[in-house]
Amino acid sequence: MSWDTVADVASAICMLGGAFLAFAAGVGVLKFPDLLSRMHAGTKPQVLGLVLVLIGLALRLRSGGAVWALVLVAIFQMLTAPVAAHMVGRAGYRTGKVRRDLLVVDELTEDLEEAENDDR
Amino acid sequence: MTWVIAVCGVLLTIGVGFAIVRAEKGPSILDRTVALDIVVTTMIAAVALYAAIERRTDVVPVLVVLSLVGFVGSVTVARFASVEPEGEGRVRTREEVAAEDAARREAEEEAERRRISGTDEENGGGAEGEVR
Repeated sequence: MSWDTVADVASAICMLGGAFLAFAAGVGVLKFPDLLSRMHAGTKPQVLGLVLVLIGLALRLRSGGAVWALVLVAIFQMLTAPVAAHMVGRAGYRTGKVRRDLLVVDELTEDLEEAENDDR
Repeated sequence: MTWVIAVCGVLLTIGVGFAIVRAEKGPSILDRTVALDIVVTTMIAAVALYAAIERRTDVVPVLVVLSLVGFVGSVTVARFASVEPEGEGRVRTREEVAAEDAARREAEEEAERRRISGTDEENGGGAEGEVR
């Protein structure tokens, strides 16, 4: 058994993991009841799933330049996914898409009320 | 290797199908945005899977482009969907800016005049006036 075979098998395992996370995101986004839990499901393939798929691809390609470009993709995704999630979450909170009966704690609303009371 | 490719393809296809169903049903525009974000990410995974099957390095730039475009799309839609105060995002005309300035200056002068006349008439004014 050569190292090439080992890398190919590891690549296949990573690819399967990434594809499974993308599938789980699809199920989650379809089944979950409100915006915040759908966002939670959607983050899975965006970071962990994508990193797994990219590791799988890097193990399969095994050439310097392409692997650096893949690292770049992973870094871009890690920088931009929090920004996008923050924007969507803020817009959802302000337009009342958050279902309060599903929340265990809601620290943002408590803090906002406290700040409003301090102003007076 | 063949069955790995088949399983990955099936998982990605089903996942993207569910996400598209949510994008169609989604009660609000933000739900659709989240669903379409998942579609873009799954597309990246599918292109990466193709590159892995064929051992092609020339599709790697496509991955870079897709990861950037998905971000721009969801941020733009979130900005569009969030409510802003009435008239806040609008660019004012020159006349409106001048009118607002005049109104503010008038209010300041009025306040100043009331303060001066108050000190004259009421001998120092009320305590309330000083707090403000």
